[in-house]
Amino acid sequence: MSEKTLVEAINECFHVELARDDSVMVMGEDVGRAGGVFRATAGLRDRFGPDRCVDTPLAEAGILGSAIGLCMAGWRPVCEMQYDAFSYPCLDQLITHVGRYHWRTGGAMEFPLTIRMPYGGGVRAPELHDDSPETYYVHTPGVKVAIPSTPADAKGLLAAAIREPDPVVILEPKLHYRTMRGEVPDGEHVTPLGEARVAREGSDVTLVAYGSMVPLSEQAADELAGEASIEVLDLRSLKPLDEDALLASAAKTGRVVIVQEAPRVAGFGAEIAAILAEKAILDLRGPVLRVTGYDVPYPYWQIEDAYMPSVERVTDAVRKLLAF
Amino acid sequence: MAQVLPDERELRRVIGDGDTVADGEIEGLGEQELVDLYRSMVVLRTYDERSVIYHRQGRIGTYAIFWNHEAMQAGSVYALERDDWVFPSYRESAIGLLRGMPVETVLSWWRGHPSGWWNPLDYNVASICVPIGTHVPHAVGLAWGKKLRGERTVAVAYFGDGATSEGAFHEGANFAGVMKAPAILFCNNNQWAISTPISAQTAAETLADKAVGYGMPGVRVDGGDVLAVYEATREAVERARAGDGPTFIEALSYRAAPHATADDPSAYIDMERVEEERQNECLGRYARYLRRIGVLTDELEERIRGEALQAMKDGIAAAEAEPPADPELVFRHAYVNPPPSLSEDLAELKRVLGNE
Repeated sequence: MSEKTLVEAINECFHVELARDDSVMVMGEDVGRAGGVFRATAGLRDRFGPDRCVDTPLAEAGILGSAIGLCMAGWRPVCEMQYDAFSYPCLDQLITHVGRYHWRTGGAMEFPLTIRMPYGGGVRAPELHDDSPETYYVHTPGVKVAIPSTPADAKGLLAAAIREPDPVVILEPKLHYRTMRGEVPDGEHVTPLGEARVAREGSDVTLVAYGSMVPLSEQAADELAGEASIEVLDLRSLKPLDEDALLASAAKTGRVVIVQEAPRVAGFGAEIAAILAEKAILDLRGPVLRVTGYDVPYPYWQIEDAYMPSVERVTDAVRKLLAF
Repeated sequence: MAQVLPDERELRRVIGDGDTVADGEIEGLGEQELVDLYRSMVVLRTYDERSVIYHRQGRIGTYAIFWNHEAMQAGSVYALERDDWVFPSYRESAIGLLRGMPVETVLSWWRGHPSGWWNPLDYNVASICVPIGTHVPHAVGLAWGKKLRGERTVAVAYFGDGATSEGAFHEGANFAGVMKAPAILFCNNNQWAISTPISAQTAAETLADKAVGYGMPGVRVDGGDVLAVYEATREAVERARAGDGPTFIEALSYRAAPHATADDPSAYIDMERVEEERQNECLGRYARYLRRIGVLTDELEERIRGEALQAMKDGIAAAEAEPPADPELVFRHAYVNPPPSLSEDLAELKRVLGNE
């Protein structure tokens, strides 16, 4: 174990996984010479060479499209999308091919590619550096999605994605790239996909969150200390989803508030709420509430705090639910 | 630096018209090879003509016709080695037949039956790409990936004139140039994208001009001349294997049939022009050439056509003999490791269907 920032943990994962498997390669914009705009891929080009840490042209669909061909040639490409919202051009390849090609070959060929990107707001950045696009990805059949909230999981989930035979999208909370430090296992470390984590035990209300909403939910739990016992469930993996952990926590507390940074309509929180309605209705003592971003373009950064779910909004929702 | 246009704007041709235009020379093809090439074209032509009939009979679904595209497909595939990869669009749906794929597999694809799934590794033929031009980066990625592994594989992506307007074509072409991928971007310019003529597709003088921007040579070839297509592709393959990177081939032809069985071109196309093109279609041109040089006889032609027709009859019978697809296949192969929710869905479906 050693203490690392979230982005250092990602970088360490790359060093471990590229050394472990010589079919793993990293590709993207500025990942090589610069080591990535957040330095997530620092040192890889020098250590593994320009063929395994490839600076590509600025073409997200070209990156992902050629990664499909690289898979067919036996590679396990890890594609970096420089920012959340810069990934949208790659959705064409993701939806039309990445999620379908294994199926299209009758299961004969595997496409073990990983797409990773920094996501989310709160970083005082220009437009389109702040989005939470997980719904687009998780809604795509054939594609798995994971979102770490700690340095250890950032390393472990990325390793799991790289080793996974299915395509996996990893969204990394850029707000916490350098602001969060944590203990990270040294060497090989895998956090299996599909296993949620109880970030904090509690008995009155469950806050369901992922990514940067996990530490926010923990702050809200602190704020509510003495008032209510709050459980924080970190989903970690949106698909496959750890339904057992979700239902177990709902059964335990009987009250669920979902905290999601992305806009509300048809966001992943809606899926969670639907699952609870289908499978946990008799365990619930009140409505499932959502604290989310709004259905508006992510705002200019001087007013972004009004958009982001906040401790105040979360505690307000919890109190409302407790009073139901 | 790659050689670029405009020195290749002239269409390459080998086959003459048997009158004022003399036949050219073609290197490296003996009588047997010339007949093989003819057989390839007949196989494709027969597949296409029978498929239209099968569609009318309700035996296959909507079908994208490739009549008069056989020279482009057969000529280019013939210039490849078996290890080289082919990335077809739906216009090249039957190109796998040239690699030993059973007729029933392709027919099953058009019948919407899961037995139309094939393993690309069995033939080095990728799955049929439906969204236009989006497979260009796949071919480029495969070619690049093989090169990184020290293999000598070449990959060819087939697409039409309309695809050159798609972003994926441009991103793929740019990657190919930058990575010096051993890839061939083969454009069958039949001058129509459903109802959109080439004049509404691009302001470029030729499609091959687009190669300039990606630092690769662009060549133009008469897409109705199977020998010219073969020769142009062979040169592109040689360049790719020599480490000189990709080539863009614009094969000029004319879509002398509807886009697909659901299309009525009389609404937008000059049918007199179509009739002219039909008189000069590629298989007939090659057959007349082979007769001029004394390679093709009535008997040989009849035998090759008969074999191709029989293969189609056997193929449709085999496709129709496939048992109905198991609804369970809806779930299979969506993932290598499916999320648990899929098995719940399957159990629920089985219960509702009474197959529990």
